Amino acid sequence: MVTFIRHLGRWLLNWVQEAGAMLLFLLQGLALAFVPPFRFRRLLQEINLIGVKSTLIVLLTAAFTGMVLALQGYYTLRKYGSEGALGSAVALSLIREMGPVLTALMVSARAGSAVTAEIGIMRITEQLDALDTMAVNPMQYVVMPKLLAGLIAVPLLTAIFDVVGILGGYLVGVVLLGVSSGSYFSGMVQSVVPLDINGGVVKSLVFGLTIITVASFKGYYTEHGAEGVSRATNQTVVLSAVLVLAWDYILTSFFM
Amino acid sequence: MIRIIDLYKSFNGQAVLDGINLEMPTGKITVVIGKSGVGKSVLLKHIIGLLRPDRGQVLIDDVDVTQLRGRKLQELRRRFAVLFQGGALFDSLNVFENVAFPLKEKTKLPEAEITRRVHERLDQMNLSPEVAFKFPDELSGGMKKRVALARAMIQEPEIILFDEPVTGLDPPMSNTVFHLINKTHDDSGYTALVVAHDLPEVFQVADYVAMLHHGRIIAYGTPEEIQHHQDPKVQSFIKGEVDFLED
Repeated sequence: MVTFIRHLGRWLLNWVQEAGAMLLFLLQGLALAFVPPFRFRRLLQEINLIGVKSTLIVLLTAAFTGMVLALQGYYTLRKYGSEGALGSAVALSLIREMGPVLTALMVSARAGSAVTAEIGIMRITEQLDALDTMAVNPMQYVVMPKLLAGLIAVPLLTAIFDVVGILGGYLVGVVLLGVSSGSYFSGMVQSVVPLDINGGVVKSLVFGLTIITVASFKGYYTEHGAEGVSRATNQTVVLSAVLVLAWDYILTSFFM
Repeated sequence: MIRIIDLYKSFNGQAVLDGINLEMPTGKITVVIGKSGVGKSVLLKHIIGLLRPDRGQVLIDDVDVTQLRGRKLQELRRRFAVLFQGGALFDSLNVFENVAFPLKEKTKLPEAEITRRVHERLDQMNLSPEVAFKFPDELSGGMKKRVALARAMIQEPEIILFDEPVTGLDPPMSNTVFHLINKTHDDSGYTALVVAHDLPEVFQVADYVAMLHHGRIIAYGTPEEIQHHQDPKVQSFIKGEVDFLED
């Protein structure tokens, strides 16, 4: 029992220590955005890597999510004779919850792992040390543009997810199942309020920053060669997914 | 002049540097030899401030690197260049961009001048102009080392640190790299520290040789003095004798 408590205590201490280190890492990275040189070109490269290259997987996930929401929603609402509310059900589910969360999970799986692997390889092949020796701050050159790109790209991808999901829902609900097009969109317009959209935007900003912070941190402190990079990549995907879901609960409770 | 005074460093309770004292005269090439894993690269990383010692000093013209932080450390590093063991070329940049990187980051030279200097350095390393558009993963080990040397030389640094410059290269390419180090040193007169275990080739480039063993410098002198050193550990290392029982 004592051993178990000791292990639990050590695990908790390590966890708190790592969370603190990650927060400092994030603050340092963001602070460097206000120090010249501003590295606009590097920011565009990272938006391409994190945002543009994640678009296809987000489009596919969004389309199928919208379609399955419409399918499930239609058969549930039909029991109560409320098929007309399908548009608002799909839109609210997507904008408040599914859009930000699923986009974040997709970005974490695709771009988060890529960011960790890229920075981790830079660490083990001494490219980060090389930047340091050239008097170029690796946090500013490598990490800061990725953090800003996460802040910009994830909300935009979430917006794309929402729109495509709503269209997927339209395809199944209106085209295949025969719900009226007018009621699908009018229900949506009446039920979605600015608070829903703001909540989705705030969530996507927090998720974007969380994923890229975890991914960059794990890559930056990679040790033990190729095996270390593999372990760090794995940790990034698992930890950022758990953090996204935990943040989702916390932020949802604020916006309800 | 680079002076290392009483430098100690341990990792996880194990001493890697156990009281290093060493002087590297200005404009000369000092080679640190020793078996793999004795801490040669750790020593090199202390000189450029990538690692902090447990205690001791690294003085560069009487400025203690171990006490510098932030901007002051960055300013000092402008006087340095490092040739890392694997080259440490940036994977996302082609050869031209890699070599031009220090100039683009740290100078305001016009693009045409940067291009001229990059091609001049590549030519000095016997690299054809077509190589400029290749990425690091398309280069052989020897080419990577030469590109890294071109990048290290591009800002004409006062001090260059070479971390195992010929490890993994075949003998002809090792000789080529040592020849290039000699040639660039003759042209520029920089101060150099080479950490290596490639004997007897390193004696070609060394003005002074120091041997690192169990965290301490156990021999120091000219290549001739080291080759005739009385310490059996030095002789055993130079002759490459099999040493199953050591450590």
